[in-house]
Amino acid sequence: MAVAVIAILTFGFLDFSGFLNDPWLQKIQFGPALLSLSIVTLVCLIAATLIFGRLYCSVVCPLGIFQDFMNWLSRKADRKKKYSFKPENPWLRWGVLAALTVAWLLGFTFLVGLVEPYSAYGRMADELFKPVYLFGNNLLAAISEKTGSYRFFKVLVSLKSVTALVVALLTLLIIGHISYHHGRTWCNTICPVGTILGFFSRFSLLRMRIDKEKCNHCLACQRKCKAYCIDSVNQKIDYSRCVDCFDCIDACRQKAISYGPVKRSQTAPAKAPADNADESRRQFLKSGLAIAALAPAALEAKVTGAKDTRVPMSPPGSISHRNLLQHCTACHLCVSKCPSHVLKPAGMEYGLGGILQPVMKFDDGYCNYDCNLCSQICPAGAIRPLTVEQKHSTQPGRVVFNKDICVVNVNRTSCGACAEHCPVQAIHMVPFEGGLTIPETTQELCVGCGGCEYICPVKAVRIEGNPVHLEAKAPEQETNIKTDNFDFGF
Amino acid sequence: MDRREFLKSLAAAGAIVSVKSSGMMDVTASTVPSSGTAAAAGDVDLAAIMNGEPAAMLEAAMKELGGIERFIKKGDKIVIKPNIGWDRTPELAGNTNPDLLAALIKMCQDAGAAEIKVFDHTCDNWSRCYEHSGIDAVVKKAGATMVPAHEQSYYENVNIPNGKSLKSAMVHKAIVECDKWINVPVLKNHGGALMTSAMKNHMGIVWDRRAFHSRGLHQCIADICTYKPAVLHIVDAYRTMATNGPQGRNANDVVLTKALFASPDIVAVDTAAGKFFTQVNTSIRFDDIEHIPDAQKLGLGSMDLESLNVKRIRL
Repeated sequence: MAVAVIAILTFGFLDFSGFLNDPWLQKIQFGPALLSLSIVTLVCLIAATLIFGRLYCSVVCPLGIFQDFMNWLSRKADRKKKYSFKPENPWLRWGVLAALTVAWLLGFTFLVGLVEPYSAYGRMADELFKPVYLFGNNLLAAISEKTGSYRFFKVLVSLKSVTALVVALLTLLIIGHISYHHGRTWCNTICPVGTILGFFSRFSLLRMRIDKEKCNHCLACQRKCKAYCIDSVNQKIDYSRCVDCFDCIDACRQKAISYGPVKRSQTAPAKAPADNADESRRQFLKSGLAIAALAPAALEAKVTGAKDTRVPMSPPGSISHRNLLQHCTACHLCVSKCPSHVLKPAGMEYGLGGILQPVMKFDDGYCNYDCNLCSQICPAGAIRPLTVEQKHSTQPGRVVFNKDICVVNVNRTSCGACAEHCPVQAIHMVPFEGGLTIPETTQELCVGCGGCEYICPVKAVRIEGNPVHLEAKAPEQETNIKTDNFDFGF
Repeated sequence: MDRREFLKSLAAAGAIVSVKSSGMMDVTASTVPSSGTAAAAGDVDLAAIMNGEPAAMLEAAMKELGGIERFIKKGDKIVIKPNIGWDRTPELAGNTNPDLLAALIKMCQDAGAAEIKVFDHTCDNWSRCYEHSGIDAVVKKAGATMVPAHEQSYYENVNIPNGKSLKSAMVHKAIVECDKWINVPVLKNHGGALMTSAMKNHMGIVWDRRAFHSRGLHQCIADICTYKPAVLHIVDAYRTMATNGPQGRNANDVVLTKALFASPDIVAVDTAAGKFFTQVNTSIRFDDIEHIPDAQKLGLGSMDLESLNVKRIRL
């Protein structure tokens, strides 16, 4: 089941054919649900945890499933691999959660998104797995084209953002490394969702139980436990860290472990003395986190420089930069799904707190007038649902025309590409010298789609973002149309 | 065959394919000029049809022009190039009428075309354009091939020896490799060029459109028309976008005009379409549509409809 979940969820990111444009698995993820305050989803997930324990971490969370895969690999490589019991580190767990809450309150949603597990996996899928998938598709398309078939078609593979790539790669390396060597340590020390669900799973109705009569303290379960949460010697399990993987049940030759309703005597969570044996691992985790947090900021400053001083434009439906900043965990589902390649992970456009959040860029395309996909799929409420009609009257940014560099003015040649691409006639051509026509803008009509900016050969028309989205005015009707009694006319 | 073997053979196939394609480039770069379609004396030069459904008007026009066999031969590899530029439904007339295309594909198939490909380099997202225009559906239903055109690799660089400003351009391989192609634009208003019809539809066979705009649009369009002229131009004016073209804003921009113009002469067909169009949008004067006389000057055809053999049919 976990395999099916991660396959469907990952395909939700990879697919570009529009086959999977209703990614429901993305909508039941805890992190985005928390930031969007989707009460129903949150209540369901917490209720499920109170009943079943942290099953979520094993079959819903894509990062959890990914870590289990890494763990499975390491077991394939070393069949004798053994784990041991380690006491909980509540200070680190709750400290991270508290720090993230403070960061979020201060507007550094970027840090929350960095460790929020679904979003971390989403970025890996979008930045790392998707290019591979697309290359494979393009190879297939090239082969099928030679046979005269256009069943497969080529797609654009582009580097959306260096920052996003680096962050995704670091996430893969750090979490991949931890899970390969240390099982579910990430989930039980850093992951904020793990900490929150771990709090509830202490009280879960169904859980792993050790039958004290049958148990002979053989340590088989403890050695198999990738969450380091079984204390075989004392016959105790730390339920805040158990992710319900059921490995211990299989490992126990005495059939002493079973999954079922709690017995009164076992409700107290395992309290273990502080242990400094794994200081090095902790150090590694801390430094890893620090690198992951600092690298993009330093990098983006280098990559983007200070060239573009325009106000960035957030996607239609995001209401305002502030709303986006508060809710977006940068899972990059919208970035991955945008059929026109407009949404890109931000560098420093929104400031430090908004790194990696989606920003509209018109280098590879422009926002399709009748497309509202990003607003439909956002799991975090950062981009609110818009109908196509609502989108038509939303102005996330507006056109600015620089006559000084327009080719009509500079080269005295005809162009009009911008007006041609404007769906609402916010740019139209007016008479200019020598029978030429030159663009004129009506900003109130503009829907900020960027068609003009994309096609303009010299970028004389550009879109300036609205920090708070405005309403686009509806265009007026034409009067110069004759609708009947035509002749050939010649 | 196990998976490993399969992957090996797939990789081998890929290698062969890439070698083959690089070899082909040189051969196709020197394109053959269009085959002689010069009309015999007494042939009809232009057919103008009104008051019919798209398929019926096409049939009437081809009957006047001497049948599709006058333009294509049995075994020809044909490209039909409609306008599919915008993410619009047929009612909004942003793209060529799908019923007209269905009828044209059938006609070419009956004439023995070996292969029929249909494509356009769209402005809006290509898959949305192909789908919402209704063209993808009719083409596939008819058994013709819908070819993607949204990636540079579908194009190749060709020389344009007769071009004035444009000496070379990236043209879609389907056009480069076909025996003959048929240009099927839709008649629309255009913010910059006032009207878009047969000539402007050539923007959809090239990749680097931005270069056209920066180097003087009209001359570049006239130049690309000299590359490999279409054997036939069929202007769809069943619905005409009278204002706010080439995209249109809504159904109020569209008039049900029920007309069709067909000719092997691109200047003649655009002249006829232009004179018809200025009746629909009364604020545009025909004399202001400059790219038509410009094309005549380049020798692409004749604007003098009086001296041509023109048939006007009302169904």
